[in-house]
Amino acid sequence: MKKKNLLLTALALFATAAGIVWAADHIDAPAVTSTTSDITDYYAFQSPENPENMVFVANLQGLLDPAATASAKFDEQVMIEFNIDNTGDAVEDLVIQAIFQDGKILAYGPAVPSETGLVSRIESEGGAVEAEITAYNESAIVGSGKGMKVFAGPRDDPFFFDFARYSDIIAGNAASFNNPGSDTFAGTNVLSVVIEVPKSMLGNAATLNTWVESKRKI
Amino acid sequence: MKNSLKTGILAFMAIAIAFTSCNDDDPIAPADNSRYMQEDQMGRPAINTVFVDAAEKDKFNTTTPSQQGPSFADKFQSKLLALNPGYTNNALGLDAETFTGILATDVLTVSTEGKTTFFDGTNVLTGRALADDVISVELLLIFGGPEGAANPGLTDDNVDANDKAFLNVFPYLATPH
Repeated sequence: MKKKNLLLTALALFATAAGIVWAADHIDAPAVTSTTSDITDYYAFQSPENPENMVFVANLQGLLDPAATASAKFDEQVMIEFNIDNTGDAVEDLVIQAIFQDGKILAYGPAVPSETGLVSRIESEGGAVEAEITAYNESAIVGSGKGMKVFAGPRDDPFFFDFARYSDIIAGNAASFNNPGSDTFAGTNVLSVVIEVPKSMLGNAATLNTWVESKRKI
Repeated sequence: MKNSLKTGILAFMAIAIAFTSCNDDDPIAPADNSRYMQEDQMGRPAINTVFVDAAEKDKFNTTTPSQQGPSFADKFQSKLLALNPGYTNNALGLDAETFTGILATDVLTVSTEGKTTFFDGTNVLTGRALADDVISVELLLIFGGPEGAANPGLTDDNVDANDKAFLNVFPYLATPH
C-alpha cells in the first residue's frame, strides 16, 4: 500500500511537472499544439491489400469534433515528410513528402533528399502522385501513380486510450484503470495522410527506421 | 520576439531574392525550391509526451533522431525512474538504461519482410498497425516489471480496440464520425 502511494505520488509529481497529456503525439509540445502542423499519430505497416507494399499514415490536427471536421483544412504551408533510414544510422536515406495545393495532395518520392535534417526542399524530380483532398462525408478519393496510392482527408482517429481515467490516476483521484475502460478518443476525427508505396522503392534493408515530420515553409 | 525574428528573416530573404532577380544570368528560383523548417516529429507513440520535460518538448521535436540519443537518453532514464521508482527490468528484459537508450532515438522500426506490429506477443516493434494496442504495451513495459505482473492496475487501460472498424482496403482508416 505504501509502495503504491509512493508510485502514485511520483506519477502525480511527474504529471504536474510535465503538464502531461499522454496521447500518442496529440498536442505534444507548445509550439505545435492546436496548429496545422501538429502530428497526432504515425503508423507504418505492411499493406493489407498487397504484401509487396508498405503503408505510411500521418494524422494531424487531432480531437476534431464531428461538427468541426468539415471546416478543418490541410495547411498549404506545411509539408508532411515520411523519413526512411535503410542504413541503420537514424539519418534519412529516403523521404516521401506530401504538400497541399489547390484542394489536392501532392506526394513526392520516395527520393534521396538533397539535404537531411531539419530543413527540406521539395524533391520534385520524380514528379508527384496527386489526389483531390477528400471532403468530409465524401467517399475516399484515391490517387495513384508510380505503383503508389495517395489519400488525404478527414478520418476517424484510430488512436484509442482511456485518457480520462489515466488523468484521474495521475491526479491521485484513482488508483488503477477501470475495466472495461472508456476510449477518450472515441467519436473524434483527425486529418489523415495515407501513402502506400511498393517496398521495392524503399531499398533492400530487412528493417527500416522510420519517422514522420511536419515542416513549415520558410 | 519570435515574430520580429521571423520578419527579419523574411526581409533578409526578400532582399536576397530581389538581389538574385537583378542578375540576368541567375533566374529566379522556381516556386518549388521553397525551404521547409521542421516543427513536429514522431516515431513511436507517446514518447515526447511521456519522457520529455515540458520545457524541452519543442526542442525534442526539432532534434533529428540521430541526435536525440546523445541529447536525451539520460533524461529519459531519470523520467522512467520517476514514473516507476521500482523499475528494475521489463518484460523485454531491458534494464532502465537500455530501455530508455532505445526509446530516446524516436524512430519506428519497420520490418520489410514479415508481420508489422508494435507487439503481438511474438513480434516486437516490427511496425505499427492501426489496431495495435500501443498504450497498453507501453504501460506494461514501464510498470509491469520483468514478468509483466507488477502494478496490475496500471499496466492496461482496458481499452483494447478502436471505436470504429478499420477498412480492408486503402486508405484503411475508418470514415470520420
